[in-house]
Amino acid sequence: MTLAVVPVRVLLFGWYRELAGTGEIQLDLPAGSRVEDLIAEIRADPAFADISSSPAVAVNRRYSPGSRVLFPDDEVALIPPMSGG
Amino acid sequence: MADSDARVGVASRPISASALASAVGARTDGAIVTFEGRVRARNQDLSVLRLHYESYDAMADEVLRQIAAEARDRFGVGEVAVLHRAGSLEVGEVSVAIAACAPHRAAAFDAVRYVIEQIKTRLPIWKREEYEDGTSRWLDGAVPPVTPDSGADPGTGAGT
Repeated sequence: MTLAVVPVRVLLFGWYRELAGTGEIQLDLPAGSRVEDLIAEIRADPAFADISSSPAVAVNRRYSPGSRVLFPDDEVALIPPMSGG
Repeated sequence: MADSDARVGVASRPISASALASAVGARTDGAIVTFEGRVRARNQDLSVLRLHYESYDAMADEVLRQIAAEARDRFGVGEVAVLHRAGSLEVGEVSVAIAACAPHRAAAFDAVRYVIEQIKTRLPIWKREEYEDGTSRWLDGAVPPVTPDSGADPGTGAGT
């Protein structure tokens, strides 16, 4: 079955979360969209323009490249520079 | 988030390396090495009041398990335990605790060093410092290396 849109859940952390005013947003993307398309979609909102144009991203809890194609119900996390330890 | 008695994961309650050391120590091993990272009172000439760690819990638990497994495989040590705190911590509190046991000291030191260095580059946790002057800021940090052939998820389809 081919879906016209791909619903994805986007998690935001750290200062990305503060920028967005929420830790989670839901987006419907055209079928075949990649991580880099998702980032462009998010950054088109002026409120998110300060997010890096190629932020680190985890898809389903694994670091993933911008070329990663998104599938329905993928969990995408935007990862600002990390500071554990 | 890790259970209160877990040996690897993100913890919401106080942690200590000594507790981990007694959990991992095998009676036949000759060495146990432990490390504690603590909240320091000063950072770049600013007086720190407390820290707040924000964690992507589900992923951080997985990443810590991966790092511990890699340390065991690379250095041939026995058990590796590692806990990282989330939430608010006062100056002096333990933010990360690591313990590794091995037949000999070199492997145990190497394993613990590996775990803390990997935490710095890969663990999805973010630190906001609050200062005595009432200001606060998210610290700048590490960006994980991600290339299509670095073992990152290639995207194999829904439900994977």
